[in-house]
Amino acid sequence: MNLLLGTIQLSIKSLWLHPLRSLLTVLGIFIGVASVIWLLAISKGIGDEAVRQVESLGADTIMIRTVKPPSEKLSSTGLTPYGLMRDEYDMLVATVPTIKSALPIREMRRQFQFKDRKLDGRLVGCTPEYAEVTHLDLAAGHFITDTENSALDTHCVLAAKVAEKLFPYEDPLGQRIYLPENKNYYLVVGVLKPKGSTAAIGGSMAAQDFSYDVYIPIKTLQNRIGDTVMSIRPGSREGEVIELNQITLRVFDVANVKQTAELVKAALNSHDRMEDIAVVVPLELLEQVRTTQWMFWIFTVMIASISLLVGGIGIMNIMLATVTERTREIGIRRALGAKRFHIITQFLAETSVLSLAGGITGILFGLLCGPTVNLARLIANTFWTDQMKELPQVVQTLQPSIVPESIVGAFAVSIIVGLIFGIYPAIRAAKMSPIEALRHE
Amino acid sequence: MLEIKQDATNFACRVVDLKKEYVLKSETVRALRGVSFDVPEGDYVAIMGPSGSGKSTLLNMLGCLDQPTSGSLWLGGDDVATMNDNQLATIRSQRIGFVFQSYNLIQQLTVVENIQVPLFYQGRSLTREQNKRTVELAKMVGLGQRLDHRPTQLSGGQQQRVAIARSLVNNPYFILADEPTGNLDSRTSEEILQLFERLNVEGKTIILVTHEDEVSKRAKRVVRLKDGRLQWDKTNTQEVRDAAAQYAIDNMPVEV
Ligand SMILES: Nc1ncnc2c1ncn2[C@@H]1O[C@H](COP(=O)(O)OP(=O)(O)OP(=O)(O)O)[C@@H](O)[C@H]1O
Ligand SMILES: [Mg+2]
Repeated sequence: MNLLLGTIQLSIKSLWLHPLRSLLTVLGIFIGVASVIWLLAISKGIGDEAVRQVESLGADTIMIRTVKPPSEKLSSTGLTPYGLMRDEYDMLVATVPTIKSALPIREMRRQFQFKDRKLDGRLVGCTPEYAEVTHLDLAAGHFITDTENSALDTHCVLAAKVAEKLFPYEDPLGQRIYLPENKNYYLVVGVLKPKGSTAAIGGSMAAQDFSYDVYIPIKTLQNRIGDTVMSIRPGSREGEVIELNQITLRVFDVANVKQTAELVKAALNSHDRMEDIAVVVPLELLEQVRTTQWMFWIFTVMIASISLLVGGIGIMNIMLATVTERTREIGIRRALGAKRFHIITQFLAETSVLSLAGGITGILFGLLCGPTVNLARLIANTFWTDQMKELPQVVQTLQPSIVPESIVGAFAVSIIVGLIFGIYPAIRAAKMSPIEALRHE
Repeated sequence: MLEIKQDATNFACRVVDLKKEYVLKSETVRALRGVSFDVPEGDYVAIMGPSGSGKSTLLNMLGCLDQPTSGSLWLGGDDVATMNDNQLATIRSQRIGFVFQSYNLIQQLTVVENIQVPLFYQGRSLTREQNKRTVELAKMVGLGQRLDHRPTQLSGGQQQRVAIARSLVNNPYFILADEPTGNLDSRTSEEILQLFERLNVEGKTIILVTHEDEVSKRAKRVVRLKDGRLQWDKTNTQEVRDAAAQYAIDNMPVEV
């Protein structure tokens, strides 16, 4: 006990003889350990967000999207209808037994107006289940009901941003919003809470944004607006004829998801299509995200290992220099009764103190990852507001999440690095004969 | 603790036909070619001889720093010539006191800590008596006021006195000193020699290597080596010793 304490005390004293040198050595390990924790925390933060987005699509769902077919497939004159048909919806519901519920969706870009306030957003025709499947929470009023759908009511539910922009002062409930393109009025019956975006689906890279949505019963949409949508831009008229933009299926058991997806694909592709649908299976997306996350982790660990290796070599370098420089001291200690074992212990204690100091401070700095990122973002938002807005959403919302294993691992590795890279200098020190060591100048 | 067996005559050490050869690439250096002598307890031996005659080699052997090529070296009933590295280290920490020409204190330790180094390597926690004894030793060599000083804060003579205190801390068979006054001026050398004399009077066995006749005359006995062999071994009479001591005092440079 005396020997152990004494050895540690001694190593601190010896390291203190060259404070700057010791500090720089510690820095190597510090950077290694801190970077492991930071990189893993950030990659976990990004990965978790991706997983959360995909999961919010629902692991038990299958989405079939209408996509615009390649232009050569569309006739050059007149409008060709494409995409999912209502008949196909009925067919799926009737024939695929594993389907628990099916959700038809029709959506389009529209302008919404209240008094003189205008807003571009997405008009979504849907059924009542839509709210549950896409995890929409009501702030006030109610979501579309079956009665409203069957009665072709001109009712609508506003997403949070739409309500905020069109009704900055008024209570939206009971008001009517106007769709200038269709010259229709819709009565606001519900307002939603703000919602985070979900993973991109259907080939688009951007995450789905639900903030600028207005929901109306799908039958009302079919009745009032129809399948043909014309958008008039300066110099050109574009149009599309689509019955349904999306069908979201839910299966009874997650285990049946892939099987059902195959069945659905086969059913939909039984007749000649023109590449106008895409089947998205969030479960598969989730697996992809996980794989990507794993690869990123391996990459991170590799980088971190390299920096720890560099730190370790730094320690070895310093210890070798120290051994040479302190040959005389080693000789004195040997002459006064130190065994080889004592000398090895002494130098190993010194490397351990160095790598422990680096490890502990590295962990402390690693734990500051979250607050530091938030602070940096706050500063960036304050001084470079515009530039920050252009950055990808992940950067703007990134929440690093510390991986506990990374702390334990980094700490263990820093000790092991210290011991491994310290053992050679220590053995070299102990091997010297006392007399030769004493003669050393 | 090492078992201490002492025969009737109480020898601090007995050297029997000790040989040491250094095998180099081109040649074999025969540093000691068979040296025998006994050192009774309480003796004060000066080892002399020309440079390269094997004085330091002999002293290193006595101090268990090195193993002889052949021959025996009896310390307290054990033949250390047959011991391995670890056993030698144990003896060094328990029963050897070394004083070097260049003091050889450890820079990062204080006076007290330096004195305690041999105890540290005995592996047991320091007892209160040992701590007390360390301080007493420091006081005895006149450094009672400088217990917490570091070697760099001390003069050469003071450092050598710390080294002497250190050599006494483990109650050694003998104090081995290799040219202990070699780096000191005559006044400081005299202080060190007086300290040795006092220790010898108190019963400590002292073996020192020196080049100076004046220093050797202060010892009870002079052993002279030449080419790795014992040339002669003679005893200084009390008169010679007293005269040498008086001479040193008379010729002390006057302080300016
Ligand atoms: N490690 C060694 N390797 C080879 N030869 C050595 C070694 N140590 C000592 N010698 C040789 O052994 C002989 C005796 O050396 P030693 O150091 O004992 O002499 P010394 O009497 O102490 O001399 P000095 O008065 O100069 O200190 C010398 O010839 C020296 O060159
Ligand atoms: Mg010598």
